[in-house]
Amino acid sequence: MSAPLLEVTDLRKSYGAIRAVAGVSFEVRPGEIFGVIGPNGSGKTTMFNSVLGQIAPDAGAIRLKGADITGLSPLALNRRGVGRTFQTLQVFGRMSVRDNLLVAAQEHRGSMFSRMFAAPDSGLGARADALIDLFRIGHVADKPAGSLSYGQQKLVDIAMAFMSEPDLVLLDEPCAGVNPSLVGEIAALLRELNRSRGGSFVVIEHNMDFVMGLCHRVMVMVEGEVLAIGTPDAIRADRRVLDAYLGN
Amino acid sequence: MRTPLALAAGLAAAAALVALPHFLGRSGVYLLSYWVVFVVATMGLNLTVGYAGQKSLGHAAFFGIGAYTVAILMKAGLSFWLGLPLAALLCFASGIVVGFPALRVQAIYLAFATLGFNTAAWLFMRNEEWLTGGTFGIKDIARPSLFGVSFDGHRAYYYLCLAVAAILAALLYGLLRSPWGKAFTALRDNPIRAESLGVDVRGYTLLAFAIGAAYAGVAGALFAPLLEFIDPAPFSVGASIMMYLMVVVGGPGYFFGPMLGAAVGVVLPEWLRFAQDWYLFVFGAAVVLLMIWLPDGLLSIPGRLRARREARAASAARAAAAARLDGGGR
Ligand SMILES: Nc1ncnc2c1ncn2[C@@H]1O[C@H](COP(=O)(O)OP(=O)(O)OP(=O)(O)O)[C@@H](O)[C@H]1O
Ligand SMILES: [Mg+2]
Repeated sequence: MSAPLLEVTDLRKSYGAIRAVAGVSFEVRPGEIFGVIGPNGSGKTTMFNSVLGQIAPDAGAIRLKGADITGLSPLALNRRGVGRTFQTLQVFGRMSVRDNLLVAAQEHRGSMFSRMFAAPDSGLGARADALIDLFRIGHVADKPAGSLSYGQQKLVDIAMAFMSEPDLVLLDEPCAGVNPSLVGEIAALLRELNRSRGGSFVVIEHNMDFVMGLCHRVMVMVEGEVLAIGTPDAIRADRRVLDAYLGN
Repeated sequence: MRTPLALAAGLAAAAALVALPHFLGRSGVYLLSYWVVFVVATMGLNLTVGYAGQKSLGHAAFFGIGAYTVAILMKAGLSFWLGLPLAALLCFASGIVVGFPALRVQAIYLAFATLGFNTAAWLFMRNEEWLTGGTFGIKDIARPSLFGVSFDGHRAYYYLCLAVAAILAALLYGLLRSPWGKAFTALRDNPIRAESLGVDVRGYTLLAFAIGAAYAGVAGALFAPLLEFIDPAPFSVGASIMMYLMVVVGGPGYFFGPMLGAAVGVVLPEWLRFAQDWYLFVFGAAVVLLMIWLPDGLLSIPGRLRARREARAASAARAAAAARLDGGGR
């Protein structure tokens, strides 16, 4: 079996008495779509933000392609090929959709100084157009992102995470608040991106059909701990999961 | 369709700016020059505040540093043409220093921090008499000449200011179109997302302050010979607030916002002379009303009208569709 792309070992984060993440370990393999499910407040987002340098974990080790990345800033992680989306919509409202995509990758081009003199699209125009086509947002590409519908903004938000062609993308609830037909569309998009670009994804999602249909393996978190990790079929059949999570 | 129109409007405006002094008296040209100087200063502030979203209330301090740099160096016998770039450089460096609090605090706290810087700078200008002349100021600041061309006359000096402003406007335009412009805007709209996309938020924050300050420095360098006399008064906290208002009134994050805002800030007080002692009150009340009705400034009006038109068209389309459904149901 190939070496893991992402290795998280015994990650911990508490807020006062609340043990939001209480010793989580897992690994994500190259090319894998790894799902994370769990009831509200089970620590999924806290785990994400600890991995991504958004918050400092109390303990634990995180390795990317074998290198220790524990405690690196979100900026440093992004430069190392890690993309992400947030649980809430995070687009640049007053910029056009196209500019949202361009700014999502331009900092990977050249030095800060050279970017002052670079072309407005940093030579990323074709890449942005390809994602705009794939996500079918061409008709709104020149509109300010903040003026789009929620579902459209969600698509822009997801597309932005892929602009810099990252090796690993972490998506926090890509389907939250979107209508059922769009859920299917997002699943198809992620499958296509995974197939054509071969990156690994970690996807937090409450929508069971989405997770079970899309992910190669799924991790179940309950109260900050890992309850089970396995294939969708194994997770569906796991009594503990049914009791602890799917049951209620 | 829109680009040729914009080009024509731009050319017309440029022609008007060049021709205007010939239809104005000395005081009119002076006022026009005053406006151009404030356009330069507020273009810089618009970058810091309007594009990069850093609430700076210390801009007049940089304006003052630029003015005193040129005045002091010229009094020491050095050329204006050396003083101008040095003023810009010194302000760029001070801008980086003043930008550091912005890495820790934002919004109102940042406003207070920059206000504190302005107060300190102003006290320095007032108290360090050996360098700045204190409240007596620095008198008889000469206007420069270049290659035998003197900019001493009021019209000639206006054209010098206009030329510098045009160059700085073109540079800013280029900068805002470059990837930097997008990075600044991303920083303003959502710094956390920006960082997660690899945008060096610290670097761009400091640059937004530094470049904005450099513009104020150049404006100050033009300001001292325009007045031919400087004292600390125009560089107070009040002046910073006034510059901030100019940006906000014109439209923060709009390229032409400072041109409009500075015009309002420079010309309106002149027009409001009739109100005499009440002028500040009238001006203040006008700003408050404007902020309530148009929080994004005067230049947001076209966009608002367009949005309203689109909304009306959309609701008309909905109504028509509903009517069709009703008709079909019966
Ligand atoms: N900044 C914070 N301060 C205090 N407590 C927090 C903070 N962030 C999260 N928590 C707590 O940590 C626990 C885990 O929260 P987290 O957001 O990680 O859950 P989640 O699994 O992402 O939930 P959801 O599915 O609702 O998004 C919760 O009890 C939450 O209240
Ligand atoms: Mg969450």
